[in-house]
Amino acid sequence: MKNEWPLWEVFIRGQHGLSHRHVGSLHAPDADMAIKNARDVYTRRNEGVSIWVVEARHIAATAPGDKGPLFEPSESKVYRHPTFFDIPEDVGHM
Amino acid sequence: MYAQMIKTARSGIKTRDEMTDRERAFQDKIDADIKIEPRDWMPDDYRMTLIRQIGQHAHSEVVGQLPEGNWITRAPTLERKAILLAKVQDEAGHGLYLYSAAETLGESRDELVRLLHEGRMKYSSIFNYPTLNWADIGAVGWLVDGAAIVNQVALQRTSYGPYSRAMVRICKEESFHARQGYHAIMKMAFGTPAQKKMAQDALNRLWFPAMMMFGPHDSESTHSEQSMAWKIKVKSNDELRQQFVDQTIPQIEYLGLDLPDPDITWNAARGHYDFSDPDWDEFMDVIRGNGPCNVDRMKDRVKAWEDGAWVRDGLLAHARKRARVAAE
Repeated sequence: MKNEWPLWEVFIRGQHGLSHRHVGSLHAPDADMAIKNARDVYTRRNEGVSIWVVEARHIAATAPGDKGPLFEPSESKVYRHPTFFDIPEDVGHM
Repeated sequence: MYAQMIKTARSGIKTRDEMTDRERAFQDKIDADIKIEPRDWMPDDYRMTLIRQIGQHAHSEVVGQLPEGNWITRAPTLERKAILLAKVQDEAGHGLYLYSAAETLGESRDELVRLLHEGRMKYSSIFNYPTLNWADIGAVGWLVDGAAIVNQVALQRTSYGPYSRAMVRICKEESFHARQGYHAIMKMAFGTPAQKKMAQDALNRLWFPAMMMFGPHDSESTHSEQSMAWKIKVKSNDELRQQFVDQTIPQIEYLGLDLPDPDITWNAARGHYDFSDPDWDEFMDVIRGNGPCNVDRMKDRVKAWEDGAWVRDGLLAHARKRARVAAE
């Protein structure tokens, strides 16, 4: 059996109530050690208040080749943005 | 920093006509400053060159802990000891970020470590010089990390996404390294005559090895052209070296120390300092393994890896046992 520790992806919630954000990865034998190592490596300067780790092999992702069909359709739907609609100034803030 | 003499995996640059459609589309993305991400298509040579460069960079961070770790127990005050410990811990983190970036290209960390230990990959020549006394520790932070910052700030714009993001993170931490080093040297330069003498001696000995960190002259740097076209490298060796000299001279003058190279003069026409070359024969000799500390560094590195094997294996055996029990 290969004796290489599995790869984990690390997500940290910053100080200001934001979502957990991907910050990097590391190797660890299990989840407990992954969290301990993430704490040592990725929060040495007050970067976070909460840590998630997930083994990299459990992450499903879109394929780079599907970028067009997946994301281009939204480019033409400008009416989904509030700035599409001109509201007269007389109406006030909306 | 810390990547020198990286062989590009191919020689010469293909013209647009010689490129396949995929290669042309890839080069267009690079030219438009669109980052390349791990699962995007990329030429094999781009991937290989990156693995070499990021791997060597990672090895440098890890081996770079050795000359400084040597002084943790002998730091002059508890505060300096805590600071040095934090810096050395950062270097381990920098190694990790970089190995992680290399792993996104399909090369495992253990494999890169194996190549280093077998002498088939290198680390920066600078770490084959000794740190003889406490002044050297200050000078390493100031000059070596200072030179590394110049290189790494440029590399934040490198074309490969994970490498670029690792550089952004490393640069934030590296600034602490340079400043703590300069602060330690300031104490000595403004201290007793004996302390000032030590600071001068450290500067004199480490100046040229620091200059070598940027690698050979552009005219000798045969592999740079393709790396620049792929934006793996963003600035040339000579550009970066000049930038380092220009920013460091005023720092030396502030300390009241003598310049370590008698040829350093302000060249108003160029708007830069002129300076003399390091001894390139010495550089090549250190790269080939004959520097003052090459043998010791590798011996210590391999010993640390082998001595840690029982911990790595034990933790893995424990994790597997717990998973098995949980499954039953």
